Amino acid sequence: MTMRGAAAIVGFAEMPTRRTYEGRTAMGLMAEASRDAMADARIRKEEIDGLIVEGGDFYPAAIGEYMGLNPNFVTGVSTMGASGATATSVAAMAIHSGLANNVLVTLSAPRETGMPWGSPPSPGMRTEFENPYGPAVAANTGYGLMYSRHMHEYGTTQEQLANIAVNQRYNALENENAVFRGQPLTVEDVLNSRYINYPIRLLESVMPCAGGAAIILTSADRADSFPNRPVYLLGAGIACDPLTGWARERLTRSVVTRSAPIALQMAGYGPSDIQFAQFYDCYTILHAVCLEDAGLVPKGEIGPFFAATDTTYKGSFPINTDGGQLSCGQPGDAGGFRHVVEATRQIMGRAGVRQVERNDLCMVNG
Amino acid sequence: MTTEYTKPLPIPGGMYGATRGDFTQPFWEATKRHELVIQRCRTHDGFFFYPRELCPVCLSSDLEWAPVSGRGRVHAFTIVYQPNDPRFNDDAPYVYAAIQLDEGARIISNVIDIPPHDVTVDMPVVAVFEDVTPEWTLVKFRPA
Repeated sequence: MTMRGAAAIVGFAEMPTRRTYEGRTAMGLMAEASRDAMADARIRKEEIDGLIVEGGDFYPAAIGEYMGLNPNFVTGVSTMGASGATATSVAAMAIHSGLANNVLVTLSAPRETGMPWGSPPSPGMRTEFENPYGPAVAANTGYGLMYSRHMHEYGTTQEQLANIAVNQRYNALENENAVFRGQPLTVEDVLNSRYINYPIRLLESVMPCAGGAAIILTSADRADSFPNRPVYLLGAGIACDPLTGWARERLTRSVVTRSAPIALQMAGYGPSDIQFAQFYDCYTILHAVCLEDAGLVPKGEIGPFFAATDTTYKGSFPINTDGGQLSCGQPGDAGGFRHVVEATRQIMGRAGVRQVERNDLCMVNG
Repeated sequence: MTTEYTKPLPIPGGMYGATRGDFTQPFWEATKRHELVIQRCRTHDGFFFYPRELCPVCLSSDLEWAPVSGRGRVHAFTIVYQPNDPRFNDDAPYVYAAIQLDEGARIISNVIDIPPHDVTVDMPVVAVFEDVTPEWTLVKFRPA
């Protein structure tokens, strides 16, 4: 039996994304978000018996200790930008398997962080076979390769994908948690922004930021006893492929080709049933490829889709209704967690001015 | 008159630095001779890159360093305006590309001797060798 509907999110909290939280620590931000999420769910700290955090940078036990939690089930996930979505799935697994009843998931970053991509102190393939050739800053290089290849294979244009950044910015205009709130953006603005690495322009890239969030999951039999509308996890899929982008057989395909079908089959829905989507968006091109690979847009047709479709919260198919990472900023590995949080907010009907009308079924990608 | 080469040189080592091994030495010895060699798995008869201590396709240890033609195509490229390492700033913009070698493996390098925005995906290229220091020779590619 799968974990379909076995667990639900019953509370959340999000720290506004900022350039930095001066004088604050990652654990402090996680503790604050967790406290507020517990208050949102009206659950007591003593009832939390599961804790999942980002495990590449933090020992989960240390985070539990910081906020005086003594959970039973505890683990860290380290799937980089997908850590938030992965942790949410693992929380449901823990509940479904009986290892925990009420699980807290929290991730944060206290200040802007650039990715130390193949930095000199870490010998390895990158320092031997990539760094002598001058990769671009942060994680841009692999996505630049993906972008040029997608343009070649499918005729995708930079103008088409600029709409991703523009539509998300519209969604962020009144989002008090977004770094770029109140700053409208046009396609011309995106196309006039400087190249970081062709074809990627500045406004097609995330800005490293600080922030954090927390959610509380509980079992289905308890979910209705909490004050918020429960957000049931109906299906999840996790997949992995080479970390090194250029080593992937097809540069224009992501692992979502494997993870989305698992999630959809578990949920018992098809791509056309999905009402709105919250998809990972470190760069416009990866966002585009993941939407294709999830089956929400036919492969290779993402360019025309974004040229013709209103994906704002007012549109026919809302995507990244809070502005996503492109407009809110990316607090490290906590960046991708915002897609889980915003899906939760929308399904609970608490998105305010940007509330989508059809808010029952969302697909989230990390 | 030579100027000192200040950009990063290859730092060999295992994927996680566990072994500062020199099993990649044949690759760099070959570039010094202005030859390109790539690891070939004798078990499944295929080339692969980056170098590993066993074949990522069939996990065989029966490997050899085999000469390749140096010919290939630009599989994908990006033009770097903002390098990760500031020592490349004076070179920007330059082309950083994944080259699909005719023999099957894909390798990372620069495409040189062409204005960056004239590079296209699938463009045929051929290896050239730059003796950047007395110890190190980098393999780069130019339009064929």
